[in-house]
Amino acid sequence: MSTQIEESETEAQEQEAEAEEAELPAEQEPQTPGDRRRAEKRERREQETASEPVAETDDTFKMKVFRYDPEVEGKMEPRFDDFYVPKKKGMTVLDALIYARDRFDTTLTFRHSCRQAVCGSDALFINGRQRLGCQTQISDLDTPVRIEPLPHQDVVKDLVVDMEHFYDQMEAVEPFFQPDETPGDELEEQRQSRENREKVKMSTRCIWCGACMSSCNVAAGDNQYLGPAAINKAYRFAMDEREGENMKEHRLNVMDQEHGVWRCQTQFSCTNVCPKDIPLTEHIQELKREAVKQNLKFW
Amino acid sequence: MHEHDVLVVGAGGAGLRAAIAAHEEGADVALVTKLHPVRSHTGAAEGGINAALRDGDDWELHAYDTMKGSDYLGDAPAIETLAQDSPKETVQLEHWGMPFSREDDGRVSQRPFGGLSFPRTTYAGAETGHHLLHTMYEQVVKRGIKVYDEWYVSRLAVTDHDDPEERECHGVVGYDIKTGQIQGFKARNGVILATGGLGQVYDHTTNAVANTGDGAAMAYRAGVPLEDMEFIQFHPTTLPSTGVLISEGVRGEGGILYNNEGERFMFEYGYANNDGELASRDVVARAELTEVNNGRGVEDEYVHLDMRHLGEERITDRLENILHLARDFEGVDALEEPMPVKPGQHYAMGGVETDENGETCISGLYAAGECACVSVHGSNRLGGNALPELIVFGARAGRHAAGTDLGEAEISTGETEETEFEDGLDTPVEPGAVATSDEDAVADGGTAITSPDETVRHAVENERTRVDHLLEKDEGVQQAELREKLQKSMTENVNVFRNEEGLKQALEDIREVRERYEDVYVNDPSRTFNTDLIHTIEMQNLLDLAESITLGALARDEFRGAHWRQEHQERKDDEWLKHTLLSWNEGTPKLWYKPTILDGEKEYEPKERSY
Ligand SMILES: Cc1cc2nc3c(=O)[nH]c(=O)nc-3n(C[C@H](O)[C@H](O)[C@H](O)COP(=O)(O)OP(=O)(O)OC[C@H]3O[C@@H](n4cnc5c(N)ncnc54)[C@H](O)[C@@H]3O)c2cc1C
Ligand code: SF4
Ligand code: FES
Repeated sequence: MSTQIEESETEAQEQEAEAEEAELPAEQEPQTPGDRRRAEKRERREQETASEPVAETDDTFKMKVFRYDPEVEGKMEPRFDDFYVPKKKGMTVLDALIYARDRFDTTLTFRHSCRQAVCGSDALFINGRQRLGCQTQISDLDTPVRIEPLPHQDVVKDLVVDMEHFYDQMEAVEPFFQPDETPGDELEEQRQSRENREKVKMSTRCIWCGACMSSCNVAAGDNQYLGPAAINKAYRFAMDEREGENMKEHRLNVMDQEHGVWRCQTQFSCTNVCPKDIPLTEHIQELKREAVKQNLKFW
Repeated sequence: MHEHDVLVVGAGGAGLRAAIAAHEEGADVALVTKLHPVRSHTGAAEGGINAALRDGDDWELHAYDTMKGSDYLGDAPAIETLAQDSPKETVQLEHWGMPFSREDDGRVSQRPFGGLSFPRTTYAGAETGHHLLHTMYEQVVKRGIKVYDEWYVSRLAVTDHDDPEERECHGVVGYDIKTGQIQGFKARNGVILATGGLGQVYDHTTNAVANTGDGAAMAYRAGVPLEDMEFIQFHPTTLPSTGVLISEGVRGEGGILYNNEGERFMFEYGYANNDGELASRDVVARAELTEVNNGRGVEDEYVHLDMRHLGEERITDRLENILHLARDFEGVDALEEPMPVKPGQHYAMGGVETDENGETCISGLYAAGECACVSVHGSNRLGGNALPELIVFGARAGRHAAGTDLGEAEISTGETEETEFEDGLDTPVEPGAVATSDEDAVADGGTAITSPDETVRHAVENERTRVDHLLEKDEGVQQAELREKLQKSMTENVNVFRNEEGLKQALEDIREVRERYEDVYVNDPSRTFNTDLIHTIEMQNLLDLAESITLGALARDEFRGAHWRQEHQERKDDEWLKHTLLSWNEGTPKLWYKPTILDGEKEYEPKERSY
């Protein structure tokens, strides 16, 4: 295994591994011919270019990135790779990851797309906290910057986690608008008061990044817990005045079940990490109150 | 092999709307998308969606503004359809619960946008696209429409007739990003491409990293013409360091542009004496760059966009998201200081040639959204006109593919008697003709495969061979290096300002990258989530699209809309009221033209555009 460093803007040089990485199990016999050739070539290159590890300098910073691939020899045991990336004004963690991938190691794998905090695909565990890579300035972080996949989710490869469970929970709360009736005329608007829109506004901002779910101790322990994002999604509809009373009751019943709102222990970790500043814990508390009110009504 | 009636490739605004429409018509429909639907780039749209909803406004005004904005290169039947269908499609979104911004009476709010004669841009804060995308995805979940997410479509399954217009599309080849499996998807009725923009051809763009123009490039190689590719919109207000967009809504609400001397240059230097900052995008982008080129830019790179005078309350109410963008991506507090902005690649007006029902010249193949060119934007798109395009033409393509009769299209596709061929363009290098690209063409008229199942199977086989080859090869050049070279050359040579020398330079660079791409290899041997492989496949799409943009730009020796040519500073209506078309012809691009349709229900007389 090797560590990549930056010598000059264009020249990447491979580097002897640091102690913690040197202890990895020896590579087994590679499987495919491509695999084998690649391993041989890597070995040759390492012999040619091995040199002292380079320390962080004034213009570069060190990034420790989690690596794992269930399929590739040598990467089956999780490890951290170091990358030395030149600092640039305004550089985000995502920029640095892209830099490291494009210049040093094209096998480095992470999800990303919009670069502007709306697609929700690059939620990562950065210096011990869930954040969007694209929304996090390197200058705001202590170095070395440590980058890991979201905790409590299965790792698919490197920084990519399996989101299926998160999607399932989101879809479990009937995440779609169910008004009592819709205007018959296709050009007539349904209307919503400004106040009501304000009320649900924050809850509609969720980008399905999964940061909240990953930060939640309860969700980590209870796989069936709907989790902050899904409950927030339910809130978005339950509080929308255009859905009728019956529907609201139905939604509160979904929230009122064993793995619904009552699991929340108001630890605020979801609220703290949400990149869209959604007051998740507050929304969950409000639904708890509504659920109580509704039960009182039944009595 | 998976099998459905209608396959929609891409799950942004256009793809989701198409899938819902096809489902409503009773078709068994599936979405295949390389990103999970809510990650699509439609989510980044900020400003709003144009729809003539209010008294004093009507579809005719909307159509007129759009035709004028297009610099008379839009086709009237498409523009009129857009303007007529947008109100009901927009209200449909409202009925689906989209959280639009609201007026005191509870109706949806509208605001002014560049080039519009009425404030008809309907919006949801400065995050209209996010809400539109999520609202439609919710409807997809509600209907239980099948979604194959993180499946990359890399090839179309098209029959092998000699003449593209006789070809039929029977499905696509998909690559499961999570497992590396390659599988066929058969579409009994039709395939709808909704793969979005191509911003990654440039290095400074508002577009997502996933916007690599895959659908357009695949259709092109299958024999469908690409239309009006030279028209790339550069948005005047993007943040200099990342390309993140600052919505036109800021200027719509009254934001002002200043040069480094604090002058309001849109008026001071007479770029748009009537509309100032709210002139059409091409006009503002050129004004900004002219300021910078004349030494009046800030740090020789950008200008300032100031919204402080709007007041905190109005800003938080209508443009809150802009505050976050300026802070997170440029470190600027827009309540305290002006935002630095410069033009960046934003939108492709050109794309897969379709008629107003979304169909291409290959039967069973449709396109909608930014990857398509139904020709509503002509040479310059008005802000707020892309989102209605997604829902209007997405819905039409969905319905048509599901078998609904939408009537005979007025726009013709493919080569017709009306088309005019270019004898040959004076290019410095022979474009396109490189071995693998040639093999990669979907149908080459070589083997006579016509049965649907065989067509899909054959395409799958070809794709497996290509991927195996890329993964087996263990030396050569990597895509990242090529991508950077291509993006730099396009930004330098095929940008807001263009001249013959630069365009030829770009063609030479593209040719060089194309040759080096022959030797490309994928470093990552893994079948699991191999982004290295995906980016390598995308790279070829970028190449084909960059070439078509540049060839179109070289051919069009006039100045129209977003296409500015140094040597040709006038709009030449006598010669150029026509669309450029490029089609893939046995390994090389062929260039031809078809006339613009200026008569619809109304007639549109080309006039000087002034703002
Ligand atoms: C920052 C920004 C702001 C904008 N603001 C506005 C605005 O205010 N108003 C307006 O009218 N317009 C706006 N636009 C333009 C408009 O948002 C876009 O044109 C539009 O969203 C494109 O939608 P789409 O459905 O065509 O594509 P996208 O939303 O980009 O979706 C493309 C889909 O295709 C999929 N895909 C791509 N390639 C493949 C493949 N090979 N295999 C499988 N799936 C694939 C992707 O996964 C994705 O789901 C804006 C654009 C940008 C970039
Ligand atoms: S609620 Fe916030 S943290 Fe949770 S998924 Fe949505 S945006 Fe991410
Ligand atoms: S890349 Fe889209 S949220 Fe970060």
